[in-house]
Amino acid sequence: MIELRGVHKAFGSKEVLRGVDLVIPTGESMVIIGGSGTGKSVCLKSVLGLIAPDRGAIMVEGQDVTQLRQGSSERDTFLARFGMLFQGGALFDSLHVWENVAFRLLRGSQKRPKDEAREIAIEKLRRVGLTPDVADQFPGELSGGMQKRVGLARAIAAEPEIIFFDEPTTGLDPIMSGVINELIREIVVEMGATAITITHDMSSVRAIADKVAMLHGGKIRWTGPVAEMDNSGDPYLTQFITGSAEGPIESVR
Amino acid sequence: MRFLAAIGAFVLGALAAIGRVAIFAFDTISHLARPPWYPREFGVQLLQIGWNSLPVVGLTTIFTGGALALQIFAGGARFSAEAVVPQIVAIGMVRELGPVLVGLMIAARVTSSVAAEIATMKVTEQIDALVTLSTNPMKYLTLPRVLAATVVMPVLVAVGDTIGIMGGFLVGVNRLGFNASTYLTNTIDFLEWVDIVSSLSKGAVFGFIAALMGCYFGMRSQRGAAGVGAATKGAVVAASVLILGANFILTEMFFAG
Repeated sequence: MIELRGVHKAFGSKEVLRGVDLVIPTGESMVIIGGSGTGKSVCLKSVLGLIAPDRGAIMVEGQDVTQLRQGSSERDTFLARFGMLFQGGALFDSLHVWENVAFRLLRGSQKRPKDEAREIAIEKLRRVGLTPDVADQFPGELSGGMQKRVGLARAIAAEPEIIFFDEPTTGLDPIMSGVINELIREIVVEMGATAITITHDMSSVRAIADKVAMLHGGKIRWTGPVAEMDNSGDPYLTQFITGSAEGPIESVR
Repeated sequence: MRFLAAIGAFVLGALAAIGRVAIFAFDTISHLARPPWYPREFGVQLLQIGWNSLPVVGLTTIFTGGALALQIFAGGARFSAEAVVPQIVAIGMVRELGPVLVGLMIAARVTSSVAAEIATMKVTEQIDALVTLSTNPMKYLTLPRVLAATVVMPVLVAVGDTIGIMGGFLVGVNRLGFNASTYLTNTIDFLEWVDIVSSLSKGAVFGFIAALMGCYFGMRSQRGAAGVGAATKGAVVAASVLILGANFILTEMFFAG
């Protein structure tokens, strides 16, 4: 279970998170929605310890992760349970595709022989719909959709218990978005992983989510099962789902 | 009063920057003693920083050595001291021009590419990705680069010194009428151990500065193409100025008094 309690974060004078409370039960797929700049990424990065919150606690399986020291072995063990798909893929462009996928398997505590790591990488690439000949290419040689798939393969390579997806469909055409959404759903279900996805793409929400949380004004505005999302009665959520310019959320025109 | 406040703000800003760089430097060095290490990354950087810099080092120093010989010959002629060309070229190249020119070329070639590479990794979230893959960017990116530059720069400086002297030798023998074997004998007899030791020490310090600045500015890059550009520019300027400043301090330590 992942639990955020009263998480605050400000950058300079800009308060991005003003007390986020959110619970994600083990094995569930939570999708956090919200407009650009509402702090969705900051939420994810706080859980991973890439950003240190100013106040509040973040518990993962009962352990407060904000207390883990940078570079400590406890933190390494903690991170080993995670996989993350970054928005732009964040593939290492000096490494071959298979070395990207097997990155965690080639060094550190989960290190194994090179051949074995390569085999696992190719297996994961196949799982995300890529052929083995992609393994020896460089990320720069691939299309955006293929890079997303490689990023996905890297996120699941070490069999994580918790997977984060940061805007998984941004920059993809609608068909490729659909394919990636389906892939994410399948993988999360078959691995039994706890997943947090942040997105503003409603098709992703409907495809991936068990539960939805809407972040607005630095707080969780609404949270509930995806089925109840359309009849929430919350004007903010309704405006966001319908993409209407009219409503309580101010839009700049 | 506003004037004084501006001076104060500038001094505080400068002190904070020095503090941040010092912490960054100590953090980098501390990883030498803390596994895991990444020897493969170190090897790659040795090749990138050392081997690939040889052409530019050779070209820079050979022309400078030749020009130096011409100048010393012309200048020396004013008081009938043309004969000192081999000695002054040797001392000028080894003590000052070799390490400084190689240092500045490395600041141009290595600092810029390290800063741009790491800054791009930062803005495309590759640094964050490293962390989530349980890999410390200071160990994986910074230490191999800084260590490789520090180790390989004395070698580059030695090569630069030698080629610079050779430039002077070629001009001296072919243009200025020096006897080849006398030129070489005079060069070798004149150089002392302290000249060579100071030259190579400067190289190591300059290499450390050049790579450290590249990593430091790269890691602190702001978002976007403009951020990468600013990081690269800042890194090269800081490395060049620090190299020249350090050169003065090292010259003072080795030769004054």
